[in-house]
Amino acid sequence: MPVPPSHVLVVSLLLFAIGVIGVLTRRNAIIILMSIELMMNAANLNLIAFSRQLNAINGQVFAVFTIAVAAGEVAVGLAVVLAMFRNRDSIHVDDVRLLKG
Amino acid sequence: MIPSVAAVAFYLLAALAVGAAVMVIRSASAIHSAIWLVLTFLSMAGLYLMLEAEFVAAVQVLVYAGGIMVLFLFVIMLVNLRDVSERRIRVHAAVSGGLGLALAVLVLRLYVRGHLETAVGASKLRAGGNLEAVGQAMFKDALLPFEIASVLLLVAMIGAIVLARPPRA
Repeated sequence: MPVPPSHVLVVSLLLFAIGVIGVLTRRNAIIILMSIELMMNAANLNLIAFSRQLNAINGQVFAVFTIAVAAGEVAVGLAVVLAMFRNRDSIHVDDVRLLKG
Repeated sequence: MIPSVAAVAFYLLAALAVGAAVMVIRSASAIHSAIWLVLTFLSMAGLYLMLEAEFVAAVQVLVYAGGIMVLFLFVIMLVNLRDVSERRIRVHAAVSGGLGLALAVLVLRLYVRGHLETAVGASKLRAGGNLEAVGQAMFKDALLPFEIASVLLLVAMIGAIVLARPPRA
């Protein structure tokens, strides 16, 4: 008996919600980036689940593209964190409020 | 109905992934978060294996658990946080935790209302091996996105170097 797709979707939903909570509660820029990665992985799990459900390979191809985009996003995000640490000596997102009115 | 070995493995890996994800956002130190994140990524690679996506599982281990996590650990050690204490605001945490839970409940209600049949029948995902199926789709139907992804990665690489470069004296 194969796993029903709705169970996969629930796992993906839980991971996404955990990522949202992480982004909203944590103030460490690196951990916020990690939470964003969690949300991307949840989206990937959805793509894979529907790829199997609809018996179409496109979902898996899209998942690979998502992973490539996530890699680029992490590289740029961590470079921003590094520049932020160099300028402010802190990676607390609350310390960066130059644009706050 | 007796669940198959693959189904049992799926639920174990799913529990592991969710538990490790909770630990990612709960750990006080960024290093611990990173280690838990590796566990999440590896168990998600297992989930992909159970869902007939062997190639994506391999990419997940190589790119996420390998490349991205090394990048994370490098930056954590570069910024070398002395104070690991988070200035947390109780109200803020409660409100955002509530928002996250509300999101989960909202989507769960939609899931319960709808119904999805479990896929049966011959799978096309493994025709001639999963790698061949993915390769055929990627280099025939998705060739342009593939090339655009390579340009995107190049731009990200240049951008990261420019951003992280020390300012000129």
